[in-house]
Amino acid sequence: MLTILFDGISTGMLLFVLACGLAVTLGLMNFVNLAHGAFAMVGGYVTVIAMQRFGVPFLATLPLAFLIAAAIGLVLERTLYVHLYGRSHLDQVMFSIGLVFMAMAGMDWFMGSSPQNVILPEALKGRFDFAGIGIGRYRLFLVVICGILAVALQLTLSKTRFGSRLRAAVDDQRVARGLGIRVQTIFAATFAVGSGLAGLGGALGAEILGLDPSFPVKYMVFFLIVVTVGGTSSIVGPFLAALMLGIADVGSKYYVPELGSFVIYAVMIAVLIVRPNGLFARPGR
Amino acid sequence: MTFSKTTRRGALTGISVAALALITPFAAYAEDVVKVGLILPMTGPSASTGRQISQAVALYQAMNGTKAGGKTVEVIVKDDTGVADVTKRLAQELIVNDKVSVLAGFGLTPLALATAPISTQAKVPQVVMAAATATITEASPYIVRTSFTLPQATVPAADLATKNGWKKVITLVSDYGPGIDAEKAFGAQFTANGGTVAAALRVPLKNPDFAPFLQRVADEKPDALFVFVPSGFGALVIKQFVERGLDKSGVKLFGTGDLPDDDQLDGMGDVVIGLISTHHYSAAHPSPENKAFVDAYVKANPGQRPNFMAVGGYDGMAAIYKALEKTKGDADGTKLVEAMKGLAWVSPRGPMSIDPETRDVIQNIYVRKVEKVDGHLWNIESEAFEKVKDPVKAAKMKK
Repeated sequence: MLTILFDGISTGMLLFVLACGLAVTLGLMNFVNLAHGAFAMVGGYVTVIAMQRFGVPFLATLPLAFLIAAAIGLVLERTLYVHLYGRSHLDQVMFSIGLVFMAMAGMDWFMGSSPQNVILPEALKGRFDFAGIGIGRYRLFLVVICGILAVALQLTLSKTRFGSRLRAAVDDQRVARGLGIRVQTIFAATFAVGSGLAGLGGALGAEILGLDPSFPVKYMVFFLIVVTVGGTSSIVGPFLAALMLGIADVGSKYYVPELGSFVIYAVMIAVLIVRPNGLFARPGR
Repeated sequence: MTFSKTTRRGALTGISVAALALITPFAAYAEDVVKVGLILPMTGPSASTGRQISQAVALYQAMNGTKAGGKTVEVIVKDDTGVADVTKRLAQELIVNDKVSVLAGFGLTPLALATAPISTQAKVPQVVMAAATATITEASPYIVRTSFTLPQATVPAADLATKNGWKKVITLVSDYGPGIDAEKAFGAQFTANGGTVAAALRVPLKNPDFAPFLQRVADEKPDALFVFVPSGFGALVIKQFVERGLDKSGVKLFGTGDLPDDDQLDGMGDVVIGLISTHHYSAAHPSPENKAFVDAYVKANPGQRPNFMAVGGYDGMAAIYKALEKTKGDADGTKLVEAMKGLAWVSPRGPMSIDPETRDVIQNIYVRKVEKVDGHLWNIESEAFEKVKDPVKAAKMKK
């Protein structure tokens, strides 16, 4: 029972890291970026390539996955995304879904379509029993990393000057600019961090979710559910939503496997009926 | 005017005679060529299937020459991207425009089924080199299969479980056509053998985590776990199986050869060592035929290893060549299919034949275990279930 709960939490945490970048771009910057999963895929492949071709140890590839995905995010933001900030959501969706298909075809061309494997260091393999609960080492590692990230993100956004500038830039670009806030730079940095987090999520998730060129489309629905259910006003919302989805998904598949993946959609619908803007909606929007 | 018309006609006649003279050598040449239309998913999610088969087909021609029954065999490769509509359209184009005598390839079941009516109408043999659903050969009297059927590999797995004294087994399959086929074939045979399937778990295809399913297995404590998941996901399941400590708690993990696919086996890591499976082909099959095949394949495609898809393509070409020898080069579709019925030869996989009744493959199914040899992972065969027919059609025949 508690093992299932723990597995659910770790799945949820993983979903959170994968989706929080999307929460930032969609929620704070109000940009519908369906290509988010493509950055996650890039992060996953960075880890795989670094490990297989260059023999970099797993833990060292994680920052690498973050940095490379962030760098690609930054370049794309400056060259492509920047033109679409003012456009309608439909334009943004069409643009980013196009990017997804290009990323998938490109990855297929470079890396082939077969799924890739990440080989974990011995220290993260296996499991141990703690007070009767079986805990997988890698899952515990996920929970710790993701927990730290969640706290750090929430503090950055709510307590630092950068966070307040970002919120100001989102709320009213013109006024923010008038106050001397460099909106473009802030957006670029935020987008890069969001992409980087996706990359990190992809690298961490390769072990559990698997990794192949169809990754961005396969898990897109999960990212979107996390963000819609969580609401887009803060990091706390998607965090709780991700945990809830993780636990609901793992729990339902354990107790009622016949329903398969149906339960999380039911949960999503239920939440959205009660709170159409998600668990934590931004007031006045 | 009449005069000039006549001259014009004369000129035209002259031109057409000249044209005919030009065409005739080509026409004669065309009669000496037998075209094979090879339709494969060369891109998209099943691209590895297309890559393996097309390389094996090219290899067959490199090793055995391009002549069969006095004719030159020419292969035209088309990419259907794994979409049935495209396969069907390409099959039509190949028959009508390219005048192929044989259609071959077919990476997935729906692709083979979509083409079946066309091969029936055009009376063109359809050599299925990959797709493994049992019923495919019933879709057209022109279908001949050189790969395997999923029940053919699954039923021996159930017999193996009984033989090893495993009484209680859980099946875990992906929730899609082949997965459900495997679940049913295994369950029916294992129950008939007196065993118990404690739970039949189906995992959605788009599934983020195998954890809940494997926890069920851990709680039920069966003797063994039978797994069938799409190619490539095997490693994930095995890793999480080991992570959960199921291997140490005495649960045996086994499946069909799709699980330790030779194409990916070496990259799966040491966790797969000891994995038991039943299948018709292992790249480690100890025979001179297989050694020649694997050596040539690796030489032509460095860094790769042939898998059961490749051997299906290789033997598909063998069937076409041998049928052409038998008909002395007559590429008439009906005659070719008749010639293929009952063909028997030693393939890299071991002895195999084409069942004259069902046009499906009859072959040995081997029990294999993943072992590390010279630093690489291989499926090492130990024993064989000999001359296994497709159990689904065999059961129908009995009725």
